[in-house]
Amino acid sequence: MTTTPTELKYAASHEWLAADGTVGITDFAQDQLGDVVYVELPEVGRVVEAGETIAVVESVKTASDIYAPASGTITAVNDALSGTPELVNSAPYEGGWLFKLDVTGEGDLMDAAAYEAANN
Amino acid sequence: MNQSPTEPLKRTPLHAAHLRAGARMVPFGGWDMPVQYAGVKAEHDAVRNAAGVFDVSHMGEFRVQGAGALAFLQHVTTNDVSKLKPGRAQYNWLPGVSGGLVDDIYIYMVAPDEYLTVVNASNIAKDWAHLQQHTEGFDVTLTDESDRWGLLAVQGPQTESLLQPHTDTDLSAKKKNAFFPAKLFGFDVMLARTGYTGEDGFEVFTDASEAETVWDKLLAVGFTPAGLGARDTLRLEAGFPLYGHEFSDTIHPLSSTYSWVVKDKTHVGHEHIRTAPTQTLVGLKLDRVPVREGYPVKIGGEVVGHVTSGTSSPTFGHPIAMALVNAEHATLDIFDVEVRGKDHPATRVQLPFYKR
Repeated sequence: MTTTPTELKYAASHEWLAADGTVGITDFAQDQLGDVVYVELPEVGRVVEAGETIAVVESVKTASDIYAPASGTITAVNDALSGTPELVNSAPYEGGWLFKLDVTGEGDLMDAAAYEAANN
Repeated sequence: MNQSPTEPLKRTPLHAAHLRAGARMVPFGGWDMPVQYAGVKAEHDAVRNAAGVFDVSHMGEFRVQGAGALAFLQHVTTNDVSKLKPGRAQYNWLPGVSGGLVDDIYIYMVAPDEYLTVVNASNIAKDWAHLQQHTEGFDVTLTDESDRWGLLAVQGPQTESLLQPHTDTDLSAKKKNAFFPAKLFGFDVMLARTGYTGEDGFEVFTDASEAETVWDKLLAVGFTPAGLGARDTLRLEAGFPLYGHEFSDTIHPLSSTYSWVVKDKTHVGHEHIRTAPTQTLVGLKLDRVPVREGYPVKIGGEVVGHVTSGTSSPTFGHPIAMALVNAEHATLDIFDVEVRGKDHPATRVQLPFYKR
């Protein structure tokens, strides 16, 4: 069973967004991807639109695009992932976060119950 | 892989066993196959360090029989089938009529005038049609036995010790490429000391109706179920070319390092296969960013080839890839691989990446 914290919002493309603008991928998504071996993160200062391709998470088998769940400016990226990309697997809602956004407008996001219902 | 979306996926005799083992199933060559159970890395490591079992029942089996069986096989393959003896197996190629390969195959000699061939799952229909087209003038009968057989690959350094207590055959006496009938867990099977992981191991031909029981018994004695994901990382580390990636109907087969598979004889398409290939298959190693099939390989900004298979190597902990590059560039040591618009340096390394 994968977890879906209720305090977060979720994109259909499996990113989560926290109230402070932190973004990661869901436990469900990391489980589907399998062993994460490389993460390509955006540059700090980049201005993005909700739905835009903004990062790439690579597992042993495949490269998966990550989309911005909200519009805004990138204010930080998780540098720990360059050395330990497997944090995305082991702690998708904590140490495995991807980047932080100064949010100007949210995309089409779901609450935890709707996200779980969509992925059952 | 040529699979029409309306056509239902085929299932191997082990389909229910995969679901019980918690497999994630994916479409592969028209089949519903397990890509992983616990995880690709864990399964890969189990095969490198202990022992794993793969379901390869999706592969095709054709029996070739008759007084003209050898002459027919000599005509449709590039390797010298006359070197085979009963109870021995040989890796071989099915060349096309105008260059390229129809498939790469294994030939198992059962008896004089009788051979079993194993072909790639996605090529079963194509290979069957190709072989049928070339039977004229040969006293030979082909039988498609693909539905009759369950096929399990048990691979890894502990394979022999795990199997030995459950078979009547002295496995230590059976060398690489041996092919022999045996009792395994009380079932009549054929065992072949062959495989596709770079490790020691056996391929187990079972009656399709008994495959699930044999699979369950293998798991019970300590084999780790391993899926297509681990099969691909293992074969790539071992430098084994894969049909549809390093081989195809249009890729010159001598681009690979397997020129020994072509022997001095007349066969289908022999005049094409002896031309010099314009591309060479090379091994590449990168520091961090994984490179995937189709990514451009460059020298000084100019595209000189493309990646045919790439992954992050679980054994070495860095990305590895095979790439087809222009023959004149194949001896260079450093290439660039373009990943999402940015060039990353890649060092050429000898194939195979991994040798036990």
